[in-house]
Amino acid sequence: MGNFCEYLPSGCAISGIINKKGKRFNGERILESIAVMHERSNGLGGGFAAYGIYPEFKDHYALHVFYDSEKARTDTEQLLQERFHVDESGPVPTRPVRAITRPPLIWRYFVQVKPQQKEKQIFSVEADDYLVATVMEINEKIPGAFVVSSGKNMGVFKGVGYPEDIGEFYRIDEYQGYIWTAHGRFPTNTPGWWGGAHPFTLLDWSVVHNGEISSYGANKRFLEMFGYCCTLQTDTEVITYVFDFLVRKQGLPLELAVKVVAAPLWSEIELLDPEQKELLTTLRAVYGNLLLNGPFSIILATGREILALNDRIKLRPLTAAEKGDELYVASEEAAIRKICPHPDRVWMPDGGEPVIGRLQECIEKETTESAELA
Amino acid sequence: MMITIDASGLHYRKLNEQIRKALATGATEILIKNANGQRYIGTGISGNQRIVIEGTPGSDLAAFMDGLEIEVMGNAQDGVGNTMNAGRVIVHGNAGDVTGYGMRGGELFIRGDVGYRVGIHMKAYKEKQPVIVIGGRAGAFLGEYMAGGVILLLGLDLEPGREIVGNFCGTGMHGGTIFIRGEVEPYKLGKEVRVVEPTSEDEQFIADYVARFASYFGDDLSRIVAKPFKKLIPFNKRPYGNLYTPY
Repeated sequence: MGNFCEYLPSGCAISGIINKKGKRFNGERILESIAVMHERSNGLGGGFAAYGIYPEFKDHYALHVFYDSEKARTDTEQLLQERFHVDESGPVPTRPVRAITRPPLIWRYFVQVKPQQKEKQIFSVEADDYLVATVMEINEKIPGAFVVSSGKNMGVFKGVGYPEDIGEFYRIDEYQGYIWTAHGRFPTNTPGWWGGAHPFTLLDWSVVHNGEISSYGANKRFLEMFGYCCTLQTDTEVITYVFDFLVRKQGLPLELAVKVVAAPLWSEIELLDPEQKELLTTLRAVYGNLLLNGPFSIILATGREILALNDRIKLRPLTAAEKGDELYVASEEAAIRKICPHPDRVWMPDGGEPVIGRLQECIEKETTESAELA
Repeated sequence: MMITIDASGLHYRKLNEQIRKALATGATEILIKNANGQRYIGTGISGNQRIVIEGTPGSDLAAFMDGLEIEVMGNAQDGVGNTMNAGRVIVHGNAGDVTGYGMRGGELFIRGDVGYRVGIHMKAYKEKQPVIVIGGRAGAFLGEYMAGGVILLLGLDLEPGREIVGNFCGTGMHGGTIFIRGEVEPYKLGKEVRVVEPTSEDEQFIADYVARFASYFGDDLSRIVAKPFKKLIPFNKRPYGNLYTPY
């Protein structure tokens, strides 16, 4: 093969599955799916987000944390003990894998906000905000400590390696989840390090991303005004915070948040009816700094749904498929066919056209609530 | 001589080695079963043999291909016929983004839909006249920076609410022709193209290719040609010639 072997066909790989009935399945399927796209990554990053994996602690925040040193761990644990009830803690179980070298210390904590802590705040602060502030503080102020995930009944397993090796290392076949997403990384502009692997998370949000966010600087400066600190040396981090800000803090429906990050072009807005035109013009005016410019395909997950989305002129690959209660999204159709050989429907969404798979119980709840309001 | 290769679990390099070996040892037709994501099938190969693929071949199918005929029974991924020089690819399902990227010769027949930027940078020279025939719809930026060759877009069996072509069709186009079956709204066109009526020579060209399309996929020819075509051509051979220097 000679020189041919030295060529690395690059690209990053993403894959995601949701069972809309909330039925849980283990991590083997997502691992098989992402492994089909081995060539898209180069061994410098792989990771998984899993939802539904900690039902015994479903009301606790599950913190997955990387430490470079024992000191980083003791400093972080001291801070956690001060602020939270830490009801269980310990190293995240791993198994030795030849390809995975020099992992950090990887710990997890199941925590709840102490009631008195809530009262101590000068302003009434939601538990979620308190948790977010703590995550930002750890990432920014404790050297060598990075929060990998901080949601409820979910967790992220990531590191430096091919995704199939990372999955093996973290024993993801031993977890049961109803949403799984995965990423194989081919780092281009930023370093391949454990904290820089995808998914990027905050609370229940997780994002896997293929592409680059050219608007990173503008997005980061805007988010910093609202207390978000970008510390992970990678553009993808801002995507997570953008969705947290727009949906959790600003109260936008996910479908509208999509119109902020992948805003239709002005020439397309011109063609819409007056009401739509006004709405989209307003969104662009108010949240212009949160437009994600540059090529991307992403899978965003929360405990309720997954969202797959391309940049508005579709500069990265994305395929979706459905079968029964399951929705699949991936960079390549082959990654879906591997685990679902005969889907009911397969399609490639257009640029900026979201593919959303939502838990049925969430849809039913919304329908009931809106009926009650009416 | 026909040879069957089971591609299940085969890495793309192994699969492509086996294909090359089979062709070198006299195979006239290769049936690949259970393809799933293997890249570069048929890439860079000269010859006039045939490859039939069951399953989902990986990206850059038939890239730089020089003469083979490849028939894909299902869907293909991105980059089919990338910089292809000669030969033919027939896809019974859909094909992805940048189908026919920089294609310089040969033919692609896609029964279903195609993704974004199909025919981008396609070019032609003397007897090398690449042709892409698309049965379904095409995404945005169809024929972007197109310099030569022909794209024939049929828009058959469109789902309700789906339009035959996305926006920015022919953006930066400075050569070649796009034929679209039915009408295309002016706002969908790039600044560099205009719509004209096909000539009688064009009608003959369309009829020939549609007839072959119909025979490959078992479609009803008369149904397809019953609807008139529009022809898209560039205003200018060098739209950006004066972009940086006024004279």
